[in-house]
Amino acid sequence: MGQTIVEKIFSKNCGRDVQAGEVVMTPVDGAMIHDITGPLAIQKFYEMGGKTVFDPERIIMLFDHQVPADSIEAAQNQAGMRKFAAEQQIHNYDINEGVCHQVVLEKGRAAPGEIVVGADSHTCMYGATGAFATGIGSTDMGFVLKFGALYFKVPETIRAEVTGKFSDRVGAKDLILAIAADIGADGATYQAIEFCGKTIEKMKMPGRMTCCNMAIEMGAKAGIVAPDTITWNYMKKKRKMSRFELFSDEDATFSERRTYDVSRLEPQVAVPHNVDQGVPVGKVAGIHVDQVFIGSCTNGRFEDLAEAAEVLGKKSFAPDVRVIVIPASRDEYIKVLQAGLIEQFVRAGALVEAPCCGPCMGGAFGLIGPGEVSLSTSNRNFKGRQGSTEGKVYLCSPATAAASAITGEITDPREVLR
Amino acid sequence: MRSWKFGDDIDTDAIIPGRFLTINDPKELAKHAFEGTRDAFAREVTAGDVVVGGRNFGCGSSREHAPLALVGAGVRVVIARSFARIFFRNAVNVGLLPVVCENADQIPDDARVIVNTKKHEIKVDGKKFPIEPVPAFMQGIIDAGGLVAYAKNTKEVPACTKSRR
Repeated sequence: MGQTIVEKIFSKNCGRDVQAGEVVMTPVDGAMIHDITGPLAIQKFYEMGGKTVFDPERIIMLFDHQVPADSIEAAQNQAGMRKFAAEQQIHNYDINEGVCHQVVLEKGRAAPGEIVVGADSHTCMYGATGAFATGIGSTDMGFVLKFGALYFKVPETIRAEVTGKFSDRVGAKDLILAIAADIGADGATYQAIEFCGKTIEKMKMPGRMTCCNMAIEMGAKAGIVAPDTITWNYMKKKRKMSRFELFSDEDATFSERRTYDVSRLEPQVAVPHNVDQGVPVGKVAGIHVDQVFIGSCTNGRFEDLAEAAEVLGKKSFAPDVRVIVIPASRDEYIKVLQAGLIEQFVRAGALVEAPCCGPCMGGAFGLIGPGEVSLSTSNRNFKGRQGSTEGKVYLCSPATAAASAITGEITDPREVLR
Repeated sequence: MRSWKFGDDIDTDAIIPGRFLTINDPKELAKHAFEGTRDAFAREVTAGDVVVGGRNFGCGSSREHAPLALVGAGVRVVIARSFARIFFRNAVNVGLLPVVCENADQIPDDARVIVNTKKHEIKVDGKKFPIEPVPAFMQGIIDAGGLVAYAKNTKEVPACTKSRR
């Protein structure tokens, strides 16, 4: 009987053939901790009797949720982590590099066929490289830091086959919001989602990252795309490794097969207060927005900001809208800078911040007050996610965010004149 | 012990908002549990109270601060129709028992709830409902006294020891 890509990865790491449903103790290839979940993970590591981490080369640390430190407590947490990194000789990217998930991929810390864990739910983004990557809590991470392994239930896989050509101003974010609306907030719990089909095969790495990033919003343990030439070209610059084939067998057992045709897909907006509440933009067009956030691990890459800039053109943002633009990492920031987009955003009235989680953290800065509306390219619109529980967060693509920031109300990006 | 009833898709931002995540002490976290969602909870919760949710309880962020905030408030059991995966594991790891009960919707607010994990049932104001047994491997971790105790007593597990670079 054939295996899914996920079963193949677990079989490799376990050293024997395993199937979905089995509970296994599996070695992990990499681990990531950040400023929010790191302090507790380190505390648990010591409580578990940990003295030295399993392999400092396989662990990275960085700070992105509250950077630069926005409180004395945040500064203390970060100082404690710096000390741990120095003692354990773990590479600490500190506050310099950007949002954890983007940095892990940029630094080649996740690769096809690997099992990578991160103490953050959006760790599933690394599945864009063909890795099995999943978010875990701090106690599980303490265990990983000590042993380099963790208990997993090998997940079943939902196969999402995507076909068709996106129309103008419609892309990966609209697709994943539509898939979330279809599968539901808990429709993929305990399972992996494998994205495949002609549309995914043509999709570049940033779009695949956006899709895999949001697998967790359906409860999934992981999102994954089988590595192909696009993946290996991306990896070439990051890691010395030879190409190998990794894919789900045709006769593998999938828990479900779903198909999506994007040729008629419209720009999507997830309305408050759940990510699975996606609707075509036309249904919510005209709703006034107080703040627009373009950034995050979901949509803070150069391609995302370039799309927003293209919609913006020479226009200005509406004067009554607070527009916050945050590139996802230092590398992305430099690309955006060199392309002249930062000047374009600033001239149009935006605040461009240094790489970090920004308003999506719901704590550091960029919070909304009661009755206010935020339109955001990030991944969660839960009540209170970006500040007041009496505020509202809508999710959309960079194109829709830019179009709406120009008019001051939720706007179909296809209606903005070029 | 009284029940605190919540609905479907209770996310970890609702259990403990992002702005309190610099706090790592369970008792301090408990002061902000459900802040902005149900402010009375932190004020009135007493040790032994039970939190009840619908479907997909604990969805969203991997923040262990969420189950810790409940533990800090003296809550030992969360009952729901279903749980989000990371929350379920985090809860077990920090000593909060996640109980899956198909009939969780029928548990009202402020009911007297008694959980019997041996008989796999709960009593709600005297009325019995079945609950699902905890998955075997999780039960093993619970029996060992939690993951920290398990790890303390474990010398070695198979790991990728070959250095990457």
